[in-house]
Amino acid sequence: MKLLREVLYPLIAVLAAFIIGGIVVLLIGDSPIQTYRLLIGSAFSWPDGIGYTLFNATPLIFTGLAVAVAFRCGLLNIGAEGQLYIAAFATAWVGIKFAGLSAWLLLPMCCLTAVLAGAIWGGIPGLLKARFGSHEVINTIMLNFIAVALAGYFTQYHYKAPGDPIMETVPIGSGAHIARLGKFIPGLPERIPVNLAFIIAILACVFVYVLLWKTKWGYEIRATGANPSAAEYGGISIRKQIILAMAISGGLAGMVGINEVLGYRYRYYDGFSANYGFVGIAVALLGRNHPVGVFLAAILFAILLRGGIFVDAYTIHVSKDIVDMLQGIVIILVALRPDAIFGSLKKLSKAKA
Amino acid sequence: MLELRNITKRFGDVLANDGVSFKVEPGTIHAIVGENGAGKSTAMRIAYGFYTANSGDILINGQPVEIRTPHDAIALGIGMVHQHFMLVEPMTVAENIVLGAEPGTATSLDLRKAAEEIRKVSDEFKLSVDPNATIETLSVGQQQRIELLKALYRRAQLLILDEPTAVLTPQEVEEFFAILRGMREQGKTIVIITHKLSEVLAISDNVTVMRDGRVVGDVKTSATDAAELARLMVGRDVLLRVEKPDAKPGAALISLHDFSIAGRDGTKRVDKVSFEVRAGEIVGIAGVEGNGQTELIEALAGLIPGAYVSGSISFEGRDITRLDARARKELGIAHVPEDRHRRGLLLDFSLAENTILGVHYRKPAVTGIGSVLLDQKGIQRRAAEVIRDFDVRPPNSTLPARALSGGNQQKLIIGREFELPPKLLLVSQPTRGVDIGAIEFIHRKIVALRDQGCAILLVSAELEEVTALSDRLLVIHNGRIVGEVDPKVTTNEEIGLMMTGGRA
Repeated sequence: MKLLREVLYPLIAVLAAFIIGGIVVLLIGDSPIQTYRLLIGSAFSWPDGIGYTLFNATPLIFTGLAVAVAFRCGLLNIGAEGQLYIAAFATAWVGIKFAGLSAWLLLPMCCLTAVLAGAIWGGIPGLLKARFGSHEVINTIMLNFIAVALAGYFTQYHYKAPGDPIMETVPIGSGAHIARLGKFIPGLPERIPVNLAFIIAILACVFVYVLLWKTKWGYEIRATGANPSAAEYGGISIRKQIILAMAISGGLAGMVGINEVLGYRYRYYDGFSANYGFVGIAVALLGRNHPVGVFLAAILFAILLRGGIFVDAYTIHVSKDIVDMLQGIVIILVALRPDAIFGSLKKLSKAKA
Repeated sequence: MLELRNITKRFGDVLANDGVSFKVEPGTIHAIVGENGAGKSTAMRIAYGFYTANSGDILINGQPVEIRTPHDAIALGIGMVHQHFMLVEPMTVAENIVLGAEPGTATSLDLRKAAEEIRKVSDEFKLSVDPNATIETLSVGQQQRIELLKALYRRAQLLILDEPTAVLTPQEVEEFFAILRGMREQGKTIVIITHKLSEVLAISDNVTVMRDGRVVGDVKTSATDAAELARLMVGRDVLLRVEKPDAKPGAALISLHDFSIAGRDGTKRVDKVSFEVRAGEIVGIAGVEGNGQTELIEALAGLIPGAYVSGSISFEGRDITRLDARARKELGIAHVPEDRHRRGLLLDFSLAENTILGVHYRKPAVTGIGSVLLDQKGIQRRAAEVIRDFDVRPPNSTLPARALSGGNQQKLIIGREFELPPKLLLVSQPTRGVDIGAIEFIHRKIVALRDQGCAILLVSAELEEVTALSDRLLVIHNGRIVGEVDPKVTTNEEIGLMMTGGRA
């Protein structure tokens, strides 16, 4: 019953969003069927559709997990965006500074840097909340601005190739590159940027599941989120859990840097994130803060991201903004919770009767 | 006056009211009794328009009426006073009373006229209420009279009172009952929902007993007694008295010396108390709620930060004043908190997960290298033990704690703490909101734990409970221990007087 509800409600929300979106498309003057065929169908072509969908899904899995872990501890991490920017820049910095090192050393260093930098950037608001009680939503939002500005500053004034008109750093050492999946999968060309970070993302899902539900640390994090007073009563230090959960959350968001810097552009590119940190909130919400749900929701949003380009190109009126609209409707419907909607519908029909 | 006919109400799968019918005669005090979840509050909330029944009729003075909202109920002359007061603390009595029925025009509020009116009603029913006082300066008993006044101001003829005495001292209860009798003389009709049988017998004219959503008895109060009512409520014979042999206390296990606790606002909540609890005895603390008992128990459990406490606590001869909650639990100090929803349970977690709260980091809850992984088998075993030994129903360890009744939630917590096993048990309000059958069970378990040599410190707002269970009784008032009495020889009136600061 519980499992059914956890699975069914998000599905209903997605379905309802598509119906509402279809009506809007119809009103604009295009065919909903053709639009949806473009929107969803284009994600399943081989190899480009599937390759790019998985590539798009990778950062969303990381940020979705990040938001989910914080949420399980009762915290709203709005700062995944800042955490992933700082982490991506730090990763690139290590990749540039130690470019001469062998891959055996450089690659683990870069990966670790991504996680650590994110964890520190996430841990700061955790520490502020634990120590001073200042709200993590405010602090993570503020740290987003600081992260973007810091990374931009260092890129512009210290790590840009002279004369380069684009806001990007010099390339990282080739030892820090991680392989694209095309290297292992026949038929998938290496120009498609989906890389080993996608496998890391799947492992991160497993990690989060085991951490939260199979270890005593996860029990403490979830207990703190479910009822801080009871957790305290159970001898759990709430402050420690808040810092820990925010650091883990930040570390997961920071792993976006692995996908972006080590697997895709091989440098830090200013403004690379397509709001991954914020879409991550939607992914976690739709995925019910569970790793399996986060994975599926990330894939869905990645499909839409990919399909939006084709909708833009091949329909007469509808633009790729439909993707944002659908995301928005899904989030509203999930946030409303179908049980609440059904409940009030029942009440309404009874009041009329 | 009021009649319910065949009222049926479902909440999802739960049948809260199943063909409930009874009649409240005008000018009487009518008690509705039953255990938690028997459906008594539901029935009265239907009468007040909070819920609508799935089927059945409500009649006022013989006429069928439609009550969809509390607004309808008020218009029909029905008022309701809730267990938890609904007052705006920083506002005055008059402002609170007119809230929702403000006199004057849309742009101007005629409070003076309202205050006059309120004074008149207050005098009529001898409530002695000052309309210009602010709520936060009033005692709980006075606040309750404001709630009564709110209903009377709206010209209620029938008042429904939901567990009105839960927050009052014995003296306040007496005064409150005098007011209710006065109101009956003035022709008002009163329905009082309660689970305290002594009060039913003291105040009511008629009693309706409910069990499992049905009416199981409808009697004249003068024609019944506590034993019969208890039997009707529970469905079997109930032992109303606690039977316990004399205590055989051993050495002092815990002793407090000049122990004080400051609140966050800097005021003293507990002021230099010193006492000890010995192995094998139950020491009770009697006091009106809010006199420092809550803080005292929480501080002993290690839940109040060191910065707020002073003085010392020693346990088995060792100073534990600076130890945190986990360290104290490891020494064998168990704690049954007063608020099981806020402190005691993770409501959305399964029963199994709840049975390891506090011991989740050690065997049998964990396994493997570094004791990091949760041991599902060990957890299930522990859950099965608690559920079996403490008769938690339904006995399904995968259910969320939220799905249990109050009594079963309490048995789960008590089971968890008793299986530590404890050397010292701190237990606060062990039977609050728990039905009679479970109360009997919990009391027996506490006495059995004592007889195994455990020291027990008990706090309860139910005077009858502390006097029945305790071997020694400390009375607390304003954060100070104002006396120690022998519960076997001291009357409740004497203790009640001490609780309010008077001398016995």
